[in-house]
Amino acid sequence: MREEVIIRVGAKFLAPFIIMFALYVHFHGDYSPGGGFQAGVILAAAFALLALVYGLEAVQKVLPLRFTRMCAALGVLIFAGVGVVTMLLGHNYLGYNALASDPTHPEHGQHYGILLVELGVLVTVFGVMVTVFYLFAGRGRRGS
Amino acid sequence: MSIVVDIVLFTLLGATGFALLKIRNLFAVVMLAGIYSLLSAGLFTVMDAVDVAFTEAAVGAGISTVLFLGALALAGHHENRPGHTPLLPLVVVVVTGGVLVYGTMDMPGFGHPGNPVHHHVADHYLEESYDEIGIPNVVTSVLASYRGYDTMGETTVVFAAAVGVMLLLSGARRARSRASPGEGRDTGGGAGKGDAG
Repeated sequence: MREEVIIRVGAKFLAPFIIMFALYVHFHGDYSPGGGFQAGVILAAAFALLALVYGLEAVQKVLPLRFTRMCAALGVLIFAGVGVVTMLLGHNYLGYNALASDPTHPEHGQHYGILLVELGVLVTVFGVMVTVFYLFAGRGRRGS
Repeated sequence: MSIVVDIVLFTLLGATGFALLKIRNLFAVVMLAGIYSLLSAGLFTVMDAVDVAFTEAAVGAGISTVLFLGALALAGHHENRPGHTPLLPLVVVVVTGGVLVYGTMDMPGFGHPGNPVHHHVADHYLEESYDEIGIPNVVTSVLASYRGYDTMGETTVVFAAAVGVMLLLSGARRARSRASPGEGRDTGGGAGKGDAG
């Protein structure tokens, strides 16, 4: 697909909007459908699109396999880490009320907690999807 | 109006399913599988499950299609005819399907407001979640706060799946570059772990 001008320009034009939409889906997940999981998949799809059009090597220069592999583990660490932080603050594991700056409004803590754990989900799902895509696509290239 | 949309979507879903069974060109099968996911997403939207529809459209129609295409590059574009007659699988499928349909006879009516599933904790979530969590999307409150442990487990499962794929695909590559028979057996162990993930 590398010689097709329309596809190349179209992919380049669409990619930033897809990434922006993924961030919107994540940060607006409290108010509208969506959340970390969907955002992670959409973010991964943006890079999959670029890799399909511009080739795997070009995308891996920006987003190396080592980084996406690290993302996959980092997300789980963020999620579990939020739980540890709430425990250190004297609440239950993943008891987000601990994160409220003003104890009379515990729902603010819930807000922060949800945003943070959803960020963990986003990072893991993004890392996993891109890693799996890289491995499949890279194998095909080497085999041919 | 909703019933018309339901009938159209289910008809298209059934037609896509039969086409998936009949077509031997795997490229067409992958594309039809993506369409199948998109139609399912439409059905979920009709049932007001927008979060599920969103996930189905992004994962089923988006990423899986790309991964299937990656697999096709390895496996070729044509499916061989099976060596056995379809009679035995047909009997198994019909019997299993019959038992499942029979099982649904005991289930409460679909969407009935008096069903137990709507009165266990659902009332509490719908009525109290805005005061307790402070966000309007109940799905997000349940997913990330009330059922935070489950979501953490789910994230770990996604991570474990990736570890499985990495063991399976990266391991095989190393074995091939060294091209020694002992390494080949090591890859077999990696494959077993990958299946578990």
